[in-house]
Amino acid sequence: MISGAEIMVKCLEAEGISVVFGYPGAAICPFYDKIYDSSIKHILVRQEQNAAHAASGYARCSGKPGVCVATSGPGATNLITGIATAYTDSIPMIAITGQVRTDLLGRDVFQEADITGACEPFVKHSYLVNKTEDLPRVFKEAFHIASTGRQGPVLIDIPMDIQTNEIEEFVYPDEVNIIGYKPNTKGHAIQVKKAVEAIKKSKRPLIVSGGGVLSSGVKLDFQRFADTTKIPVISTMMGIGVMPSEHEMYLGMLGTHGKKVANRALHEADLVIVCGARLGDRAVAAPHQMSENTTVIHIDIDPAEIGKNVKTEIPIVGDMRNVLSMLIENIGDYTVSDEWQNTVRAWKKDLFSTPPVFEGFVEPRTLVSHLSAMLHSKAILVADVGQNQIWCANNFRIREGRFLTTGGMGTMGYSIPAAVGAKFARPTRDVIVVCGDGSFQMGLNELATIAGNNLGIKIIIMRNSRLGMVRELQDNNYGGRHSATILQGDPDFLKIAEAYGIDSAQASSNEEAEEILKGIVDSDKPFILVCNVYPDTPSI
Amino acid sequence: MQYTLSILVENQAGVLSKISGLFSRRGFNIDSLAVGVTNDPNVSRITIVANGDEYVVEQLEKQLNKVIPVIKVKRLNEGEFISRELILIKVHCPAAKRAEIIKTAEIMQAKIVDVAQSCVTVEYCECASRVNTLVDLLKPYGIREIVRTGTVAIDRGTASVSV
Repeated sequence: MISGAEIMVKCLEAEGISVVFGYPGAAICPFYDKIYDSSIKHILVRQEQNAAHAASGYARCSGKPGVCVATSGPGATNLITGIATAYTDSIPMIAITGQVRTDLLGRDVFQEADITGACEPFVKHSYLVNKTEDLPRVFKEAFHIASTGRQGPVLIDIPMDIQTNEIEEFVYPDEVNIIGYKPNTKGHAIQVKKAVEAIKKSKRPLIVSGGGVLSSGVKLDFQRFADTTKIPVISTMMGIGVMPSEHEMYLGMLGTHGKKVANRALHEADLVIVCGARLGDRAVAAPHQMSENTTVIHIDIDPAEIGKNVKTEIPIVGDMRNVLSMLIENIGDYTVSDEWQNTVRAWKKDLFSTPPVFEGFVEPRTLVSHLSAMLHSKAILVADVGQNQIWCANNFRIREGRFLTTGGMGTMGYSIPAAVGAKFARPTRDVIVVCGDGSFQMGLNELATIAGNNLGIKIIIMRNSRLGMVRELQDNNYGGRHSATILQGDPDFLKIAEAYGIDSAQASSNEEAEEILKGIVDSDKPFILVCNVYPDTPSI
Repeated sequence: MQYTLSILVENQAGVLSKISGLFSRRGFNIDSLAVGVTNDPNVSRITIVANGDEYVVEQLEKQLNKVIPVIKVKRLNEGEFISRELILIKVHCPAAKRAEIIKTAEIMQAKIVDVAQSCVTVEYCECASRVNTLVDLLKPYGIREIVRTGTVAIDRGTASVSV
């Protein structure tokens, strides 16, 4: 005989899961009792939302779904923001929640919450398991759904009695058969041919790379495509890292907080190939204007994204991996005109500028742009949300590494737990967090997770004692009335670091900051660097 | 523009809320909704009638297709399907008016299914617009209660919505 809880552990093992992030509670205790002596490493976070963010960071760096676990009621509801973040950012995740016994469901007993109901708009799919026998099928389906098609979070809510009931034997299914779920990954050959013809006819083609290129794992093929065709590339926030920042045909991030040259390229292009991107309102503020004089080719695994925000002439539904190889096959030795290449090369010169320095402060944009050179080429930079995110997105010179941030949901407090997940997925890589003093305080409880597991994560806090992004908004749109954006009562971050047993230092100039960083990047211990930033430093 | 969607779904708990949630989340109203099992007991068919422009309908179709237990979504083409709704109308009906109301029901080919001293209950199964006509005709007598199902619809001819 085997219990539901044991089956849950065996399902995770069968899926090759070696790390899960979670927080226990009464309704998930049977599972925790079985994971205790399993091969799976459980990482105890300090708040459930961070378990979800850690699973997200893990998923993005490992290429496998991340798993987070919480108990029923408040444990489960705390997960929601993390689940919603993974949903908007299309990150494969399995969220496992305990639930009250099936005979108590709906009676509002202690720590009962309708979590499948609450998460409905933010999950790719969810299960409330009502038979122990169903567990293997549910896990198999959940992993399949989370990791195929447009990736996303799947929630499995498991009542306590389903965890404790025993069945005869455990058999993990080899296959899934979900009649209504057969994502089309192939890419339509005729549409690809049409796209290639349109590219060849165009004078100023442009590629917009999105997060879909990274989820497909075709970064290198994509770079080869850009290299051979010389089609210039701009990227969405989620697509940062698809191209190395220094690539001659790469013009940075587009959008309201993006690079001028990227937006200019988008404006002047007569054909745009959108690759695995939604083109949300922060990327293209006026999508209807864009499509008037521009031919749009939109490649996406999710047919619902095509035509949703931007009018599309040539839709191609499919996985980037397949569509890209078809494009490469069909396009032959095509390259864009010298004229367009030269225009782009001239713009490229304006991609990075040197912002003015304020005496006695660290200039954050300059620091971020120098950061890459101090790190290994495959470093993972995790940015939080706010001005720090824009400073990183626009100035980090990414090479072969990753840039993790929540471009879609924009959840403050993401960076520290996501870095925890990233470090577990890639223990040998440099993992650097850049956050503001606002976002740091939303995630600082995970310093305990970092210290407890001795994770060599380096955290750079850009301290301006402001909620800089909102404050900037208030300056521009609300007559400079700084309502609730001055961070009064900020603690001494160095003392906080000390309390957690983490080494730290602070810097008030770029030279000082860089000197400190050079000394610690190769250490395998965590470190916190507090950079004093001039409060009026703009995002861009 | 009014449109009719036929949706085949796996017959499992929570599907209806997933689907109605797609509409409510986007601020769209559903005019009518009907659900019932098909010839395959594992498959239910939902018929939704709603209003929206082409962009809205296309988005909804795509979003519906993303719901995992949804097997198939088909927009039925105007004029190429048969639709029916069932209505039960309890009409105020003193003895003096009875003959008149029965006559009206007869003209519309509706059935009187219950009679009481001061009221009759009329049963009618027709397309939504004919049902509305009957309601209008009976209104002057005083309607006490109405209960109607959502519209169900099926393609004319050999076309069909199947798994």
